[in-house]
Amino acid sequence: MTAIATPAESTLAGQPRFDALAEAIADVEGIPEAFTDAFAVPNGEVKPRELVIICYSGDLEKTWASLILATTAAASGVPTKMFLTFWGLQTFVKDDVRITGQNWMQKMLSVMQRPGISHRKLSKMNFLGMGPWMMGTLAKKYGVASPRELLEAAQALGVEFMPCQMTMDMFGLTRDDMIEGLGEPVGAATVVELLQNGAAPLFI
Amino acid sequence: MTATDLLVEVDARGLSCPMPIVRTAQAIRDLPSGNLVEVLATDPGSQRDFVAWCRSTGHTLIEHSTDGPVHRFLIRRK
Repeated sequence: MTAIATPAESTLAGQPRFDALAEAIADVEGIPEAFTDAFAVPNGEVKPRELVIICYSGDLEKTWASLILATTAAASGVPTKMFLTFWGLQTFVKDDVRITGQNWMQKMLSVMQRPGISHRKLSKMNFLGMGPWMMGTLAKKYGVASPRELLEAAQALGVEFMPCQMTMDMFGLTRDDMIEGLGEPVGAATVVELLQNGAAPLFI
Repeated sequence: MTATDLLVEVDARGLSCPMPIVRTAQAIRDLPSGNLVEVLATDPGSQRDFVAWCRSTGHTLIEHSTDGPVHRFLIRRK
């Protein structure tokens, strides 16, 4: 083996590698500046990706799951928002408010399914409350936080709650019916904007 | 460990997912950067969860040891 360096090797010593293919593409197409600019972060700030949980269901098991995810996300530094809509909003009525609504149909609906986080029913095998009671007993036995405890933790960790204005109107709910600490009621367009801005969505 | 490292303990023994993480996040939030938190947990899932949580938050998992059913995590705040 001879120790004579070729001219190409000697000039490249200590310099960044020359990518012939990339150079050729750049020669033909030009360097795509607009493309690289699209990924530039203004002022070097990195905005963490948000999580938006659309709480649609009022079922015990789904309320439980969405609150577990919300608290964990907030605990992991993810800005977390919960959009409370349809039956998902019933969960966030104060526990001691028994009948809600302005007219007989709204009142009937609240009688048929009691609102409040401590009065959630299982979607399957509710058996007049036997199911939720067994779930609650097992949860206590195995150190699983109740939806109510998770809600308190979520609020302490700064999860934002956004009630749906349309649902408030349809069920005749007033701000006084709702638990403390909820944000201003908003509409679907607010959620769509969050999603457009890159928030990760969950529909539960 | 230096004398300036304030050690806060989180006793999450007997608590299930996600409470060990939630309690730790609440405890670590108000600490100055560089301080230490010691977590005790019996949730077997916490072994993986604390590794993942430290990765996503940027805190440092300094030590993990196991004594019977109890897991001990030593975490340095970001």
